[in-house]
Amino acid sequence: MQLISESFITAFYLLISGDPDLYEIIFLSIKVSLTSLLGSVIIGLPLGAFLAIHRFKFRSLLISILNAMMGMPPVVVGLIVYLYFSRAGPLGFLSLLYTPTAMIIAQMLLVIPIIVALSTQIIEDLHAEYQDLFCSLNVSTSKAVVAYLVDARISLLTVVLAGFGRAISEVGAVSIVGGNIDHLTRVMTTAIALETSKGNLSLALALGFVLLIIAVCVNLLAARAKYWAIDK
Amino acid sequence: MVDNSSKKSAFQYELLPIEFRSISFHKFGTCLIDKISLTIKSKGITIILGPNGAGKSILMRLLHGLDFPSSGRVLFRGKSTNDTIKSKQAMVFQNAILLRRTVMENLSFVANLQKARKTLQLRELLEEVGLGEKKYIQARQLSGGEKQRLSLARALVLQPELLLLDEPTASLDPYSVQMIETLLIKLRKKNTKIVFITHDLNQARRLAEDIIFIHKGKLEAFQPAQIFFENPDSEFVKAFIEGKLIF
Repeated sequence: MQLISESFITAFYLLISGDPDLYEIIFLSIKVSLTSLLGSVIIGLPLGAFLAIHRFKFRSLLISILNAMMGMPPVVVGLIVYLYFSRAGPLGFLSLLYTPTAMIIAQMLLVIPIIVALSTQIIEDLHAEYQDLFCSLNVSTSKAVVAYLVDARISLLTVVLAGFGRAISEVGAVSIVGGNIDHLTRVMTTAIALETSKGNLSLALALGFVLLIIAVCVNLLAARAKYWAIDK
Repeated sequence: MVDNSSKKSAFQYELLPIEFRSISFHKFGTCLIDKISLTIKSKGITIILGPNGAGKSILMRLLHGLDFPSSGRVLFRGKSTNDTIKSKQAMVFQNAILLRRTVMENLSFVANLQKARKTLQLRELLEEVGLGEKKYIQARQLSGGEKQRLSLARALVLQPELLLLDEPTASLDPYSVQMIETLLIKLRKKNTKIVFITHDLNQARRLAEDIIFIHKGKLEAFQPAQIFFENPDSEFVKAFIEGKLIF
């Protein structure tokens, strides 16, 4: 109990002290997670809409695979990305291993299945509701997709939040492809893992609190956005 | 109502006559529409009557091209349904399908599809259906009657030559029913062909020029309304009008 209270005080002190090292880690965590989230949303939402409104061979199989990928262990994803971007790998010439870009790619591979699978379900329900109307009005597929994304925006915001949660809390994949290099690829989660392994539990827990505060702030912002969308 | 008579005169009744040529429709091995053949020539309101499960809504969906017949054809002035023909039609569904947007955005979505009307005209349309004060309210917050009136207004955005209505006044209050009926009468005067499904015999008497009566997917009668009500030649029709249970 004493450890937790100490950690909480340390977290508070770290935040108000303006420690540049800590803020560098925080900003890199947010930057990597938001970038991977943005990429995942750009790819995942239209793909989810496509899967929701089109019927084709192996569609069910594809959706089942995507659903299964939601639970894919991050270390496996990290290992796959590592193999591709390592010197001997097919994408080794890009020299992306141990860079934030590799971390973003790894996180995208983890977040995209969540965005696709959940948005497919949401848009499929909306499609069932709108299908006759859109058929009656001769609405083109592209316009229908835009309409689905706009009209399901509140539910999709929750999906995006789930994706952000996956990205910001992820440690296995980013530590493999990022390497937890100080001032280059160290993010909150890998820093926590490092401090824990060093036995510096108080600092690790403090960093955990900071991570929690970030997550809560993002969720509060999203909740505000939701209310704004509903009111509008 | 927004005056579209000048536009109408340019393409008046391009869809008439409407011909059902030996239409059948099967689903899950069940015959839901059984070889219906008829030709709608009248320019007024045609009402489709029949007991529950008779196939009225399916017949309308086949007419609008939402479903396709298992055999037979639906012809508009001798042509099969295509995008051009469909663009001259609009349908109001039994359960109002409204976008999760404001009342005005529901109209402007349709208007933007075909650049059909300007914002000012959309406002006039909303006034026409008694929703002028509610244009910025979320459509899902409207009452049942208001939702159906909004659906009708949205259908009218496209200035259809053929308006299809699937029980638009079912379970509505008398005010909403009267408002919709008044609007339909105005549309009829402006040369909009209306095909309307209802269970309300009094409404059919008030509005119909001719009546299609179907039972168990089969055409039992297709007659001018006056003959249908005063001198029906089908036992099923007689029983239906008298409010008897028909099997």
